[in-house]
Amino acid sequence: METLTAATWLPVCQTADVPADGGACALVEGEQVAIFNFARRGEWYATQNLCPHKQQMILARGMIGSTGEACEPKVACPYHKRTFSLLTGECLNADECAIQTYPVRVENDTVYIGWA
Amino acid sequence: MAPQGKPTVVVIGNGMVGYKFCEKLLAKSTAFNLVVFGEEPRVAYDRVHLSEYFGGKTADDLLMAPRQWYHDNGIVLHLGDAVQEIDRASRTVHARSGLVQPYDYLVLATGSSAFVPDVPGVEKQGVMVYRTIEDLDEIKAYAATARSGAVLGGGLLGLEAAKALLDLGVADAHVVEFAPRLMPRQIDAAGSAMLQAKLEALGLKIHLSKATSHIGGEGKIDALHFGDGSILEVDMLVISAGIRPRDELAKLAGLEVGMRGGIVVNDEMRTSDPSIFAIGECALHGGMIYGLVAPGYDMAEVVVSQLQQGARAFTGYDMSSKLKLIGVDVASFGDPFIAEPHSRSIVFEDAHSGVYKRINISPDGKYLLGGVLIGDAEAYNMLLQTVNNKLALPPHPEDLILGARGGEASEGAGVMSLPNEALVCSCEAVTKGMICDAVTGLGATSVDAMKKCNKAGTGCGGCVPMVKDLINGTLTAQGAYIKNVLCEHFDYSRQELFDLLKINDIRTYGAALDHFGTGDGCEVCKPAVGSILSGLWNELIVKQNTIQDTNDRYLANIQKGGSYSVMPRMAGGEVSPQQLMAIGRIAEKYQLYTKITGGQRIDMFGAHVSDLPNIWEELIAEGFESGHAYGKSLRTVKSCVGSTWCRYGLHDSVSFAIEIENRYKGIRSPHKMKSGVSGCVRECAEAQAKDFGVIATEKGWNLYVCGNGGAKPQHAQLLAADLDKETLLKYLDRFLMFYIKTADPLMRTATWLNKLDGGMAYLRNVVINDSLGICADLEAEISLLIKNYHCEWKEVVENPELRKQFTHFVNAPQVKDPTMEFAEMRGQKISKAW
Repeated sequence: METLTAATWLPVCQTADVPADGGACALVEGEQVAIFNFARRGEWYATQNLCPHKQQMILARGMIGSTGEACEPKVACPYHKRTFSLLTGECLNADECAIQTYPVRVENDTVYIGWA
Repeated sequence: MAPQGKPTVVVIGNGMVGYKFCEKLLAKSTAFNLVVFGEEPRVAYDRVHLSEYFGGKTADDLLMAPRQWYHDNGIVLHLGDAVQEIDRASRTVHARSGLVQPYDYLVLATGSSAFVPDVPGVEKQGVMVYRTIEDLDEIKAYAATARSGAVLGGGLLGLEAAKALLDLGVADAHVVEFAPRLMPRQIDAAGSAMLQAKLEALGLKIHLSKATSHIGGEGKIDALHFGDGSILEVDMLVISAGIRPRDELAKLAGLEVGMRGGIVVNDEMRTSDPSIFAIGECALHGGMIYGLVAPGYDMAEVVVSQLQQGARAFTGYDMSSKLKLIGVDVASFGDPFIAEPHSRSIVFEDAHSGVYKRINISPDGKYLLGGVLIGDAEAYNMLLQTVNNKLALPPHPEDLILGARGGEASEGAGVMSLPNEALVCSCEAVTKGMICDAVTGLGATSVDAMKKCNKAGTGCGGCVPMVKDLINGTLTAQGAYIKNVLCEHFDYSRQELFDLLKINDIRTYGAALDHFGTGDGCEVCKPAVGSILSGLWNELIVKQNTIQDTNDRYLANIQKGGSYSVMPRMAGGEVSPQQLMAIGRIAEKYQLYTKITGGQRIDMFGAHVSDLPNIWEELIAEGFESGHAYGKSLRTVKSCVGSTWCRYGLHDSVSFAIEIENRYKGIRSPHKMKSGVSGCVRECAEAQAKDFGVIATEKGWNLYVCGNGGAKPQHAQLLAADLDKETLLKYLDRFLMFYIKTADPLMRTATWLNKLDGGMAYLRNVVINDSLGICADLEAEISLLIKNYHCEWKEVVENPELRKQFTHFVNAPQVKDPTMEFAEMRGQKISKAW
């Protein structure tokens, strides 16, 4: 089993809980984490649920997609459409702070996130 | 701690300019240690938008950057610790806390304080200044009990303060100015008069040529006494009579200061000690104190360049400015005052709508020298560029303020004629050349991308329209064919894609992307394709909920703070007493704020996402159905009471409104649609302000289309007159389907008509005369949509799988979002400000 330094893999939900090509919010150790099931690419991502623009707990309800030549995966905040890279957390269309991202792995239909 | 070996730059003052200096230095170099001292307990905040603090913004909203930013960037920040002494011999600063900090370079960004004139009585309770967040808190607390208040000073800041008094609900608000007119330093006398008239119309009382001799009252202000013997009784006074540079530290350190204050600096922003710089409102350059933020930012840029042996210098600053004062546009540029014989002026004045424009042109008529705009400052950016770049004037310079009349004017051409060095974004010092280069070299073809590249438009935002024109102009000049495509994932317009999906019987977003798109989609094409699929097949949208905008995904309107509002349909605005009681009971049970909307129905706000299915289960049991207030679809058909009750009513407008609303309810369109039916020409339902509206006539009904309220109001135009109901519905069917098929994403009917080649005559030909031979198709297509109507909420309430999606935490469905907070107003809850 692969391990990340100083990170624990916490089970957060079942794969069926997160809609295909969409997101859901999980409560992890008292924090709100947005989990994204990028079914079109067979990938999973996780970020903080808080959009830094207006400090709203919302990103899990945002639309996901990709941008640019490299098809960088991103999520758009439903409020004012700030978009953030799902890889780096960097804001792609404005001057907001980057958001926290978490590693994700799926095993036996359970979604785990790497918690530092 | 700061790493050793790098030179240390100490910044005294953590205001806007001090902050900007840090930001600019970090962007250019990591070769310095940065140490910042701030006297206030807070990190730097945006003083320019201070009045928004009264409009509901919090102190945190106004921060230039959160405290964490300083930490993340390795800046050592000492807040609430004022520097008390600069020891130039040992190159150290001494703070009140006892801290001694060595420096290699020192930057004074100490700013200014409010200038308080030496009038007897200024120490009395109820006399305040307008400068910091703490001042604002004090004003706010005092205004709560004040019935009347005055502002001393009719300049820019004074009028801002007056707005604050109005915002705080001080009923009787006055402005007192020593000069014979408002804003004497920025605008001319006629402009002042126009501004005064507009402000007085808004309820401000303005007193000019008043010298305040003393402030009366026992310990607490009760009146202002003027030199001419007159008295103004007020409960509070806000002094905003100018600024005074904070130069006391510099003076103490033996640096050269001006006679009337200000730290003397040269073009490199160096003080009389070459390792000490001064920037912002504390700096005196060429005998001038610059009380605006843009020149302060420019000074910061100069110091950053100097620290890196650059050659950038400060050579004065154009004080042109454009602002909105209490809702009135005010702008001045170049030399607003220059008069005969050094210039000729062209003046346009419209007292009725409160617009005043003056431009000063050179005596030979070749160049623009300056001017003033009151009430309408749309032309400001272009006029300023015309002055700054000495552009040759057109043969009829009056066109600059009146618009070209008669001939064809090509918008945007003017922007491209600017020289490359023209400064477009003065907040961030971005030139036309930099913007065009970012388009051609870096592929920045949107305003967002441009902001990322060079920060253009991120300051006050005033230049954004010009940035947009420059991007499009550059693309056109490159010969790029600006095709109207959805986004980077679909190389088709909405209309093209509509036809493709129909012909190929595509019913899901995934299939559309596989067949006609690239990549993984985005927040632009997903809802646009969702709208097309609904316009074709009208299937249940929550079956593809992850391509919908959040309102359509949760079948409710998201509001500030993450709660949703709920709006059942009340066709035509008709509601029974039983239904009203049911709404009241349900709103009370789920603690919802209720309000009557502009569309004649009741909106219930503040619902938790997990309560939505339960609320709707109860509403449906009471006979309600979804109101589609969340969708890009028909909202309501507003009606007047019509012939059933009204003594003027010609026909039964309520019944017809209900029939129309039920016919088209739930159909998705490129944007929302509103409608109305009036029972006579008095037009109580305001049908001519709607996407489609109906007005009763002696002989039948008139049908109007493509009207709009909103930001750009536009009257609907008559499509056909004196119709019977059947014909009217037939035309309406064709009109709506034609719009649904051909409009761009998020394009309302009014804009659609404005862009339609041939306009109303063409539309009439298509819908009435069937000039394209498509009317039978249009009618068949829309009847399929009408036939497929379903109450979306009923489908969800009855389907456990769909219900499950309405939770905040997927792993704790019972837990509501704990960060959601509400406040209270007039006995009901409201969302907490952000």
